[in-house]
Amino acid sequence: MDLILVAVIALGAIGLIAAVVLYVASKKFAVFEDPRIGQVAAVLPQANCGGCGYPGCSGFAGACVKAADAGSLEGKLCPVGGAPVMEKVAAILGLEAVASDPKVAVVRCNGSCENRPRVVQYDGAVSCRVAHATCGGETLCSFGCLGCGDCVKACQFGAIKMNPETGLPEVDADKCTACGACAKACPRGIIEIRLKGRVVKDNARRVWVSCVNKDKGALANKACAAACIGCGKCQKVCKKDAITIENNLAYIDPAKCIACGLCYNECPKKAIHASFTVPAPKPKPAPAEGAAAPAQQAAPKAAPAAEQQQQ
Amino acid sequence: MKTFRIGGVHPAENKLSAGKPIVTAELPKQAVFPLSQHIGAPAVPCVAKGDMVKVGTKIADAGGFVSAPIFSSVSGKVNKIDSIVDASGYRKPAIFIDVIGDEWEESIDRSETLVKECDLEPKAIVEKIKNAGVVGMGGACFPCHVKLTPPPGAVPTCVIVNAVECEPYLTADHQLMLEHAEEILVGVTLVMKAVNVNKGYIGIENNKPDAIKLMTEKAAQYPNIEVVPLKVKYPQGGEKQLIDAVIGRQVPAPPALPVSVGAILQNVGTMYAIYQAVQKNMPLFQRVVTVTGKSLANPQNFMARMGTPMSQLIDACGGLPEDTGKVIGGGPMMGKALMNTEVPICKGSSGVLIMNMTEAKRAEADPCIRCAKCVSACPMGLEPFLLATCSAKGDWERVEKEDITSCIECGSCQFTCPSHRPMLDMIRLGKSTVMGIIRSRSVKK
Repeated sequence: MDLILVAVIALGAIGLIAAVVLYVASKKFAVFEDPRIGQVAAVLPQANCGGCGYPGCSGFAGACVKAADAGSLEGKLCPVGGAPVMEKVAAILGLEAVASDPKVAVVRCNGSCENRPRVVQYDGAVSCRVAHATCGGETLCSFGCLGCGDCVKACQFGAIKMNPETGLPEVDADKCTACGACAKACPRGIIEIRLKGRVVKDNARRVWVSCVNKDKGALANKACAAACIGCGKCQKVCKKDAITIENNLAYIDPAKCIACGLCYNECPKKAIHASFTVPAPKPKPAPAEGAAAPAQQAAPKAAPAAEQQQQ
Repeated sequence: MKTFRIGGVHPAENKLSAGKPIVTAELPKQAVFPLSQHIGAPAVPCVAKGDMVKVGTKIADAGGFVSAPIFSSVSGKVNKIDSIVDASGYRKPAIFIDVIGDEWEESIDRSETLVKECDLEPKAIVEKIKNAGVVGMGGACFPCHVKLTPPPGAVPTCVIVNAVECEPYLTADHQLMLEHAEEILVGVTLVMKAVNVNKGYIGIENNKPDAIKLMTEKAAQYPNIEVVPLKVKYPQGGEKQLIDAVIGRQVPAPPALPVSVGAILQNVGTMYAIYQAVQKNMPLFQRVVTVTGKSLANPQNFMARMGTPMSQLIDACGGLPEDTGKVIGGGPMMGKALMNTEVPICKGSSGVLIMNMTEAKRAEADPCIRCAKCVSACPMGLEPFLLATCSAKGDWERVEKEDITSCIECGSCQFTCPSHRPMLDMIRLGKSTVMGIIRSRSVKK
């Protein structure tokens, strides 16, 4: 009996001493953490995707608190939670939420099996990064999608899937949080995080060039039926100066684009894609009689383009 | 018989074109010269569209210290400066020359006479090699003059000639030794003089007894040059492996160079090119290429001008067989599958290998069974299965700690893997990523 008693007392005494030591230590060496960090972290989605540019949700929470001390939450956005979460974060920190436009991942390649015939077969490790380092890809286009699905593996939200028919990834805009993991995983920089665009009738309207081929027009054309050949027609038709052509490739600036669809209708290669059904171009009104003669003279050059537009 | 200490494998030799004399390949109709045929900065074109060039005219200048000039291998007119898909599978800038006749620069000595004496200063020899655009012709294409200019502090003690040709199928170096032994030996003396050493070794695997015999006979007149027969084992042609095999020294992990243990290595083809450059004023514009394959009608060794499309050489061997599965630039272990056969012969094209459908097909990868065969096979003493897995997972810190930068990409691990895992693919990815990280780190500092 004594033995048990001694043991209990001894252990109890050790426990008590340890508790006192720990208590003193926890008070003496306490590191102050802003309680708001914990509160902010609690409202974040805890996906830890890194899409905000910080290492995980707690990192982002810390950054938000720091930014709040500096006075503004500008530039801080949780792509997963979006505006509602940012409003909650702002409320905790006693600030106004900075409105930011939602974004979405966009695949800029339309080299489907039909458009871009396979000329060789890649049989190495199934990884876009390995394929990119090993060869130019299975087609004549050495810029386009390799189809090994690194972006699909990178997506934590199940928003990208490979379409077995086209061999290209497809983004589910509803699931996509624009965290940018896929864009980072793509060795060819095909995926771009773009502004979702103006919402009309529950549909965000955006227009983009679905090609990243920088080869000269003739080569790009040979490699892929849907390649941008840098002809510049879209640039001419754009009323907002949103289109630039660099290295034989058109790029539509999402900040300037109003998704009017003019370039979509103009592109002879159908390389420009839109997230909505673009209305067909209105047939040109019959020219007045006085202007008929010069218009007819210009006709031979304009005719092929007009035909393609109608197609 | 000597060989290297760690790892190694024994792939089937398949030296189909052994003993076939070197045939001079026909001139192409159009020669194409990619501007990056070597490691380092791409060359800068110094001709323009419409210019007339002769055989041996410089068409592109070196783009930096680690770079090499490019010389025309044909006479004719510059058609355009455009781009062509090279062995990397990507479109790279290149000079296109339409061939007209075969007119050589007058400075080139075209006679067959052997010139042994050279009264040039060591520096002048290196300068001449540099100006002739000579690069390592074993495949890596490292500019030759850089190797012959050791960094301060490193003292070369011997020159080792790599005549191992451990890649299966290839016989270019073997045949070159049989036909140009004397020239190669003069080349060795030139390099020995250039780096001021008095010992030269020629390492030859003993699957080439005729070459060993001939080189030993001819080397008898040079007391400082020793022919070292080596036991057959892949990858003996790797520079670190060859140093270990020949002089028994081990090169430390990068950034140490072979010269850190006193060795200057050059390929036997490079030695021939050095002889031509220094003694005959002939810049590097042709090389021996083995065109081979089991289904090919007539595998051969060619002396081909640079810029000749590979398809032309394949046609000269009886044309592309019907059951072709892969066309590989280089040997089967380290070569690269080509995107098309219009890829031109470059300074580093040691061979063109045509694999049939059955050979070319990669077996399906099974899970790793942890048998550690790859660990025993790795000539660098690495753990390939670990490097491959960590690279696939993107754990760059771990692979760096596991010395991934020491990997020589010989492919022994993948060759020996019973589960046919694509280890080398993953290791290459990891290695290039880690190299990038190391570079960016040194830039930040």
